[in-house]
Amino acid sequence: MRDDSGQPCKNTAVARYLARRLLFAVLLVAVVSSAALVLTRLAPGDITAEQVGTGASARALQAERLRLGLDRPLATQYADWAARALRLDFGTSLMYGRPVAGLVAERARNTAVLALVALAAATLVGLPLGVIAGSRRGLTSALIRSASVLALSLPSLVSALLLVWLAARTGWLPTGGMSAIEPASAGGWPAWQDLARHLVVPVVALALPLAATIERLQAQAVAETMREPFVSAALARGVPARRVLWRGVLKPAIRPVAAIYGLIFGSLLSGSFVVEIVTSWPGLGRLMFDALRSRDLYLVAGCAAAGGVFLAFGGLLSDIALAAVDPRLRGRVGGGS
Amino acid sequence: MRRAGWALLVAVGIAALGAPVLTPHSPSERFDAGVYAPPMPVRVVDADGRWRAPFVYPVRLVNRLERRYEEDRSQRMPLVWLSGGTLAGVAGDAPSPWLPLGGDGFGRDVFARLVYGARLSLSVALLATLGALLAGTLVGGLAGAGGGVVDDLLMRFSDFILVLPAMYVVLALRAAMPLVLTTPAVFVLVTGLMAAVGWPLVARGVRAIVAAERERDYAQAALSLGMGRTRLLVRHLLPAARGFLATQATLLLPGFILAEATLSYVGLGFPDPTASWGTMLQEAANVAAIADAPWTLAPAIAIFAVVLAVNLIVQAPAIQSLSGRSTPPGGTAV
Repeated sequence: MRDDSGQPCKNTAVARYLARRLLFAVLLVAVVSSAALVLTRLAPGDITAEQVGTGASARALQAERLRLGLDRPLATQYADWAARALRLDFGTSLMYGRPVAGLVAERARNTAVLALVALAAATLVGLPLGVIAGSRRGLTSALIRSASVLALSLPSLVSALLLVWLAARTGWLPTGGMSAIEPASAGGWPAWQDLARHLVVPVVALALPLAATIERLQAQAVAETMREPFVSAALARGVPARRVLWRGVLKPAIRPVAAIYGLIFGSLLSGSFVVEIVTSWPGLGRLMFDALRSRDLYLVAGCAAAGGVFLAFGGLLSDIALAAVDPRLRGRVGGGS
Repeated sequence: MRRAGWALLVAVGIAALGAPVLTPHSPSERFDAGVYAPPMPVRVVDADGRWRAPFVYPVRLVNRLERRYEEDRSQRMPLVWLSGGTLAGVAGDAPSPWLPLGGDGFGRDVFARLVYGARLSLSVALLATLGALLAGTLVGGLAGAGGGVVDDLLMRFSDFILVLPAMYVVLALRAAMPLVLTTPAVFVLVTGLMAAVGWPLVARGVRAIVAAERERDYAQAALSLGMGRTRLLVRHLLPAARGFLATQATLLLPGFILAEATLSYVGLGFPDPTASWGTMLQEAANVAAIADAPWTLAPAIAIFAVVLAVNLIVQAPAIQSLSGRSTPPGGTAV
């Protein structure tokens, strides 16, 4: 393996790293979706209870189970599902009567829009504020820190409810009722505007504690880096303080934030569930919740698989971010621990 | 700052413990004239601007259809102190019941539900925290002291649980149980589930501390003098993790309060007449109810107060928890 730059080992290292990541992702998705399927199957009750209704005879219920293939033993049913899933056929939702893959993809996109916009917003707000709070003393820094502690104490459930109240009171923003994102791509400017208006409440609720976390971490890291000798040296040589801060200090100080990106994806997913329920955002969390309640086992498994993909993607993103800000890691990536 | 946090926490604790003294109403008592009734604040100045002993104005339903209430300024309900086993109340023949924080959709006293709910919400969270700490200490101690394959397996397992979004795990496991359960059953189940997802971080920390302590001279000396491994672990190695456990407790507690609230909010927590902060928030699931009766959001404010108090005491805990979890790239644990 030799490329134009003549760095054979770096290439194989990256390849090996990617292979490991991919293997981990596949494993995660397989374990999580299988566990979800088995768990839902073992749970008391099944979809027929809701579908056929209370008035149905035992015979009708049995016929329905037979039709849906729910009468088979767990092992057979699982093996059948797993064999299909390997060919990327995740079955049909019992509740909606639609293929799980399409249903999940549509909702996962909505969740991804919400989560990524929130992540971007949190980073854009939290990072600069953290640099400012970490590099200065005095009123500005104290104000930012107080705001951060307040925001940290506003979990998404609380902030979402308060924001919905505010939106309902003032009438400035919709309190929910986002039905689908599709028109946004097809409907041109008004559709985008509509999407943006619907995004405000959930995104702020989701991003608030996140921005505070990023701000606090960044402030801590910047304050620590400011004490390094190279900073005093640069200042002594007459490099402008602003340049030292935004060029010299920021780069090493951004590492802790980059390191938590992978974990933030997990909390984004957990947080977005709450936000989706409160603001009725048609995302993965609500779909999974409905599927769990009505024992729609293929749909539950599909949602879990999508969640696994999302988490694996977050881990990858975090590693890339880390490698981008820390040149020491680039060579070592994938080298194993 | 730290002191303010403690004061806030103690105040909430007193409110929870002293619930029967603080309110004459039961959390499930329904008042016909209390459906979405507005809060009735204590006043000391009456409509004519004269100072009075603390009193409240009764509220009157002026429009049953729109549930519109009006303060009845023509009569005052003076507060009666320390009667009937409660701190303050209004006389039994008062024109309307006193609902300090208003009424919910069933005409129940929001204040009574808030203080009684605090008992349930806080005790679930406290017990789950205790459970998670115990389980984490057990696993971490075993892994740290045992080493080898045991260590490897236990840590891999806890790393795997750490990767999963905790809320979904609790939700999925809870949803896999019968959806409708009695209050005691929910209490045990929810406490157990939260402890079951909360332990891995504790275990990792305890393992690191125990493994480091084990190599110290005093531990080696104790071993060579013939001290048993278990005794060494319990008497000398685990106490080194005390400070770490205290920090972990402050991280877990707010998360568990929130988890209970979320579960109950989506209807997988405590069944309806039971008062907990989560079941109270269910009232607020309806946007129209939030807009017209914002006092149903009182438990959200209570949760905010508790989380803020903990944050003030430990100063930015989320940061420690997140950076404590981070793993170096390439060396990702799972």
